[in-house]
Amino acid sequence: MPADPKQAHVAREFVHGAPLITCRFDPKSRYVFATGEDRAIIRWDLASGAKTEFKAHDSWVRAMVFSTDGQFLVTAGCDDMLMWWPVAAEKPEPVRKVKAHNGWIRAVAVSTDGQFLASAGNDRIVKLWKMADGAPVREMPGHEKDIYSLQFHPSGLHLLSADLKGTVHQWEVATGKLVRTFDAKDLYSYNGGQGVDFGGVRSLALGPGNKHLACGGLYQASNPLGAVHEPIVLRFDWESQKVLKKHVSTDIKNGVIWRTLFLPDGMLVGCSGGGAGGILLFWGENDEKPMHQFKLPDTAREMDLHPDGLQLATVHYGKKLIITKLAPKEAPKEVKK
Amino acid sequence: MKCTYECGSAEHTVARRQFLGGLAAGAGMFIGGLDTFATPAAVAQMTRDQKRLIIVRMHGGLSQLESWDPKPNTDTGGPFRAIPTSVPGIHISELLPYTAKQMHHLALVRGINTKNDDHGKGTYMMLTGRHPTPGQTFPELGAVVARAMDNSALTLPGHINIANGGSGGRNNDAAYLGPKYASISLGGAQPPAYTTRPANLTEQTVQQQDEFRRKANDRFAGRRRTAETDAYVQSFEQAQELVRQRDVFDLSKEPQKDHERYGTHEFGKHCLLARRLVEKGVTCVQVSHSNYDTHNENFEFHFEQLGEFDRPFATLVGDLAERGLLQHTMIVVLSEFGRTPRINQYYGRDHWGHAFSVCMGGAGLQRGAVVGKTNANGTAVTERQVDAGHLFHTYLRALGLNSRHHFNIGGQKQPMADPAFAAIDELIA
Repeated sequence: MPADPKQAHVAREFVHGAPLITCRFDPKSRYVFATGEDRAIIRWDLASGAKTEFKAHDSWVRAMVFSTDGQFLVTAGCDDMLMWWPVAAEKPEPVRKVKAHNGWIRAVAVSTDGQFLASAGNDRIVKLWKMADGAPVREMPGHEKDIYSLQFHPSGLHLLSADLKGTVHQWEVATGKLVRTFDAKDLYSYNGGQGVDFGGVRSLALGPGNKHLACGGLYQASNPLGAVHEPIVLRFDWESQKVLKKHVSTDIKNGVIWRTLFLPDGMLVGCSGGGAGGILLFWGENDEKPMHQFKLPDTAREMDLHPDGLQLATVHYGKKLIITKLAPKEAPKEVKK
Repeated sequence: MKCTYECGSAEHTVARRQFLGGLAAGAGMFIGGLDTFATPAAVAQMTRDQKRLIIVRMHGGLSQLESWDPKPNTDTGGPFRAIPTSVPGIHISELLPYTAKQMHHLALVRGINTKNDDHGKGTYMMLTGRHPTPGQTFPELGAVVARAMDNSALTLPGHINIANGGSGGRNNDAAYLGPKYASISLGGAQPPAYTTRPANLTEQTVQQQDEFRRKANDRFAGRRRTAETDAYVQSFEQAQELVRQRDVFDLSKEPQKDHERYGTHEFGKHCLLARRLVEKGVTCVQVSHSNYDTHNENFEFHFEQLGEFDRPFATLVGDLAERGLLQHTMIVVLSEFGRTPRINQYYGRDHWGHAFSVCMGGAGLQRGAVVGKTNANGTAVTERQVDAGHLFHTYLRALGLNSRHHFNIGGQKQPMADPAFAAIDELIA
């Protein structure tokens, strides 16, 4: 059954004791994970709702990724550390800790073949590691500003990294050579009055058929320190690197795309947070304005797509993880008396 | 208005004018500050005794939790960790690693509660040590110090504000102390504007013009001297000194290695210029750093801003100490308020004047001291709560001034600091 954004509805909620930061479904669909401002990594069992906390980071965890076999979770902290965890452990402890960067790690990604882990953050260096043992493979310096996003190309040949200035580098995985650069500078601005750099590529996504690259973030940042900016996703043509479409909102004046991704049928979805609250935006390939917007109950900060392609998890300032289903509501089950 | 001087005579100004006039006649173009104008022994004495003040203003409201009073691993702590400093037992944010190494020269006040969350009022309170009162305006710290330490041997402006914008103008920060003590803006770490002699005027022509001006002034003053005419005369003479001592403000005179140590960004240049100016004898120098009003993405912006602030500030403190200037120079890092312990939905922090911190050091302050304490997550002051008024008295005391002293303004006594408060005695060495 294809996803139907117009049928979006909140299907489940999971509650934590602190505002949440990011979330991911595990590849085997057993769990949904989140991280919180209390430095915890939280695992909820999707079947039972059971909650387990993973604690070892000495700071917030801003990024997570799974091994392709679903056995391990790698978490990336603002404590410069990468940690490997057994996904299903009853009493989870990290099996590996690597001091990976000098400064926050903001993004991690795993190659399609499961061999490599990429990490990047405020030290502006993309680093490649062996997923199996955490051994360093190579470093790829070249960004002038903090790196916000990473994405492996499904071919396994290339890695994309994107930064605060809207620079998206395409690297050759085998050599670390910089192949080319996409220009997403529309997502960046310098505010002279406030003296701040602002914006950045908050999310990268490839699809459909890897012919398009989506870069999510914000624009119209009239007041960066006051959170006055609007959400936007730039859609690039993978081959020509031309911007095919600028996907914006209908009426969101205080928002930022924290994550963008493609649904299995090619529909683009963006998760907007900010003063306007939490909103899911859905765009077809040629839509400048969303074909549908779904208002979430609270300010959203991240999003992930369930392997079934029908459920979106979002994490919220209001200490909740919400699962929104993109399908008609199920009829209430009849309760036998 | 007929002028009335603190000591009851006009001697000061006359002596000052004679002094400057003599210099103008004899010295031609001057390079350098005090050392240009007096005997070596007098310069040494003056250099040794003269107190100086550097104010670093963190515009917008620096977060105490990301700087001087971190609360890691609490509900309000945010992502950053605390790091040890050169003073055992004192920890500050990991965003200030260079400053942490200079903590033995510095002191922290962690229990400030001004009960104010407004930018304008907060700036006024922190710079004047007074609570806003309708119809009354009080001079800012720099003006008070410039006035209190004014003496006839100081030929440079006593109060300079290094800013990002244009330069040359007087700011409106001296209130009843008058424009002489108002700060002069120095924009972009450049010498003041319009301080080069036009090419079509010879030095001799300038001197002739000046002699004529002096004669006319003296004749006028003999019959109609007022405070206003004195201010005009003083402003003109000070402008002349700025022209003559233009090199004092020329940052290119500093060694290249110092430019590298301080950094090539604006704040680095401004800190280096602050060092140069206090070395040359300027009484009060203000430096600003923007912008900390981080309602949105507080942690990213503090990472960026404090990453820029930390090294040049620490270098300045270290240099002042190494050069023997810190014992006479007080340095204060202040903000109009702090930021809320509560982290908002945008990862921001909002205005918060109820429990925040100031960092200071040098002159007559205790080194490596911490006064005041907040609770576990920084939401309230639990020990030695102080107000901006206490801080103001403390600054003056540390500079060797009696903060209970009054200025005589037109025959009226004006307290240097709000009499309702007192200095933080335990911070005074």
